Amino acid sequence: MADESVQREALVAAVENVAARIESEKSHLTDLDSAIGDADHGNNMHRGFQAVAEKTDEFEGMDVDEIVKTIGTTIIGNVGGAAGPLYGGSIMTASQELEGGITAETSVAFAEAYLEKVKDRGDAPVGAKTMVDALTPAVHTYKKSVEHDDLPPLTALAKAVDAAERGVNFTVPLRASKGRASFLGWRSVGHQDPGATSTLFILEEILDTAGEYLEGETDVEAVAESAPDEDPEEAQ
Amino acid sequence: MIGLVVVSHSAKAAEGIRDIAAQMGGGDARIEPAGGDGDDGEGIGTDANRIGEAVDAADDGDGVVVLVDLGSAVMNTELALEMTDAEAVVADAPVLEGALNAAVETTSSKATLDSVVESAEDAREYRKLND
Repeated sequence: MADESVQREALVAAVENVAARIESEKSHLTDLDSAIGDADHGNNMHRGFQAVAEKTDEFEGMDVDEIVKTIGTTIIGNVGGAAGPLYGGSIMTASQELEGGITAETSVAFAEAYLEKVKDRGDAPVGAKTMVDALTPAVHTYKKSVEHDDLPPLTALAKAVDAAERGVNFTVPLRASKGRASFLGWRSVGHQDPGATSTLFILEEILDTAGEYLEGETDVEAVAESAPDEDPEEAQ
Repeated sequence: MIGLVVVSHSAKAAEGIRDIAAQMGGGDARIEPAGGDGDDGEGIGTDANRIGEAVDAADDGDGVVVLVDLGSAVMNTELALEMTDAEAVVADAPVLEGALNAAVETTSSKATLDSVVESAEDAREYRKLND
């Protein structure tokens, strides 16, 4: 895949795209959270990702895993509520998987480690009306697409975003059994989960950013060069 | 001496619980409040960094027991404990009653991390009315 400096540039672009998206969806997320939570998800996420966007100057010279870890710790320090530890803490833990850079293989490992940490931290199974409902199908789809179907990472990511979107829709008719919304019992039914929604927004921006970089840097020859390098290793 | 940390979504609640528990501990207990969110702690919420600082402040080397209120207080505390070197554990107890019990236990000469957690968790059994 792309060399380290391009990966760093792509991470900065991803952070900026996610921050801009969260900014434009701030009141949307807050509206979703005021229906079944404490109405702070939009502001919290906005504050956190603005702080991350302001840190991108420091990324220069850092390794990719270190950059991702910094994104996690910055979110922890700036996002309140459960979203801080769930997003920030999980990114921080999963960043270890990106040592040596982002490849198809390490990105699957990152996604799996992230999902595992979110589920463990939140103690939430699928179907509790939380971000896990968007994240689980996305991560499973990504892993399967890369490892089993041998799809290029960008295609796999697009499928993962589709799966996340279906997961977000799936939260609407569920009764919340975790998080603040669980205090509402049956009144939580009929509302879309804010954490699942912000998870989807972030994945959509990562997909857009990956599209720019993977298409931008790969002419046909480059694809032919890098693909055989990665796939045989995984198949062994 | 084993330290205590009181984690609440409200800085005022954390400080108030600390005051009540400190009175029960006879003024000797080491209790740090870690409540609220945002730079000034004025917001309602919990903050892993603030909790981590309180744990370090409460620790004199003997370890720390953390009392928590709801939801993200638990998650932020777990995250804070992953980032600190102090030996610290979360008690699964009601925050106010647990803090009182724990404060009394920490001032005992035989107190251990386990005994303080156990005292805090005994508070789950408290009834307020004799029905």
